Amino acid sequence: MSVLAPARTPASTTAPRTAVRARSNAALVGGVAALAVLAAVSLFVGVADVSLGDVLSGRADYELIAVSRIPRTLALVLAGAALATSGLIMQLLTRNVFVEPSTAGTLDFATLGLLACALFWPDAPVLVKMVLGTTFALMGTAVFLRILKVVPLKDVLIVPLVGLMLGGVIGAFATFIAYRTDLIQSLNAWTTGDFSAVIAGRFELLWIAGALVVVAGIVADRFTVAGLGEAFTTNLGLDYRRTMTIGMTVVAVTSATVVITVGALPFLGLVVPNVVRAAIGDNARRSVPWVALLGAALVLLCDLVARLVIHPFELPIATVLGIVGAVAFLILLSRRRVRG
Amino acid sequence: MIIATHVSAAYGETIVVDDVSILVPKGGVTALVGPNGAGKSTLLAVMARLMGAKAGTVSVDGLDVTTTPSEVLAKRLAILKQDNHPGIRLTVRDLVGFGRYPHSKGRLTDADRVHVEQALDWLDLTGMGDRFLDELSGGQRQRAFVAMVLAQDTDYILLDEPLNNLDMAHAVSMMKRLRKAADELERTIVVVLHDLNAAAVYADHMVAMADGRVVAAGKTPTLMREGLLSDVFGLPIEVHEVAGRPQAVFYAR
Repeated sequence: MSVLAPARTPASTTAPRTAVRARSNAALVGGVAALAVLAAVSLFVGVADVSLGDVLSGRADYELIAVSRIPRTLALVLAGAALATSGLIMQLLTRNVFVEPSTAGTLDFATLGLLACALFWPDAPVLVKMVLGTTFALMGTAVFLRILKVVPLKDVLIVPLVGLMLGGVIGAFATFIAYRTDLIQSLNAWTTGDFSAVIAGRFELLWIAGALVVVAGIVADRFTVAGLGEAFTTNLGLDYRRTMTIGMTVVAVTSATVVITVGALPFLGLVVPNVVRAAIGDNARRSVPWVALLGAALVLLCDLVARLVIHPFELPIATVLGIVGAVAFLILLSRRRVRG
Repeated sequence: MIIATHVSAAYGETIVVDDVSILVPKGGVTALVGPNGAGKSTLLAVMARLMGAKAGTVSVDGLDVTTTPSEVLAKRLAILKQDNHPGIRLTVRDLVGFGRYPHSKGRLTDADRVHVEQALDWLDLTGMGDRFLDELSGGQRQRAFVAMVLAQDTDYILLDEPLNNLDMAHAVSMMKRLRKAADELERTIVVVLHDLNAAAVYADHMVAMADGRVVAAGKTPTLMREGLLSDVFGLPIEVHEVAGRPQAVFYAR
């Protein structure tokens, strides 16, 4: 193999880049610290008063903390990080910045899978539910990708609209079935994200979603390459279809676990990756940690708002996220119009 | 050496490449020319295993492109299609870095970084390494993509209409760089060109295609002939010697 030009000293080019990397690592550490503070605040907010002083002086209700507060905070962090990362993966693989599990119908298909499980095997073990939810989510993604392939879409905005419509149709179908079979309550739990019922023993499935964030971080380069398109991917010796399958499986499993444990969280995967994209771009190796971090932070924050705004009652977090996400979505759209 | 033997390719029922056999010698610049729809881009895509052939085989230095593992081929041959829309927001340096993917699988070593910086340097992009692709002009972006396939460090580089959307100055500079890459870096460049005169000046070999078939192939001067070119393009073409090189003249009132 030939070398390009008379070799220059690598030090002159790599030294400043090392400094850049050191600085971005420092920023990431700072971000993690900020997230830890936010998580701590989340631990001490609730109907029952728990203060840091109580904990230190041994007067706190440790059972409450262990059974309710810590699981809730963990669930918020895991679900937020995982769903935001899923949004990023979908955006890279579909090469469309408006696609995420709630704008591609993925969450609705996962819900339909859980409904099918509730109908035909009501007391199925949670893993069976997860497998069914994942399978339906994958089928939904396949349908969505198929539509994108068959219908030539000139405008990037049409893609999420098609996804939302697809999700709407599936959602309506699920509602009809649930209405006929007295499962509306279960359906609401899946379609409306809510962390108020999270206690120890009912959120642990989310560790799977959390582990998938780590997986996404490890194979991040493949997703970035796939984001360049099929020709680029093949040129670089990577199997395009396999990469798509890996990515969409991660998204489907994440969607299913989140829907089972806490219910759908709309727009999260849309807002967070786009904020990160504007700041540092799409190189997933760099953006996955930030997307996961900010996803967790946004969910923690929205949950605090949901818990405090009508204290001592609380709103479902999906309501707060829906408002924040819809506003952010509109801002993204209008900015795009200005640029275009 | 790239050898295509009885290659046919089709989109659905429409045959675009029809029983083509060509030999691209190692070294130098080979230009594929011909009118729109002649099958040049499709042939290039088949040679680079981006598209499957309906019949026939392609081998690159003895490696059959359909049976050789893709990651092995990615170290031998690089292809850049036309009309590249990045789709995602990457910096120039990151994009060129992904050219090293076949070698490093994403974990860039110091040697990879040297390749990246040299490819940037080669295409005059050093000062633009940290800019995002969507902030560049069309010409700069095209150079960034070429830098990426150059950083891939393959013996063969296949380029589909790299002069598309470039003004004359950028087109000349691009052709000069490709020529230099062939001469100084010993790369074999196969390039689809719409500009006959660019091919006449910079290519060592030419392949003329029309209607999915190869009409003629050989050293550049042997193809720059009036009757042959007029037949291939379906247009009266005169060939004149300008500054010691054959140049085609076809704009007429």
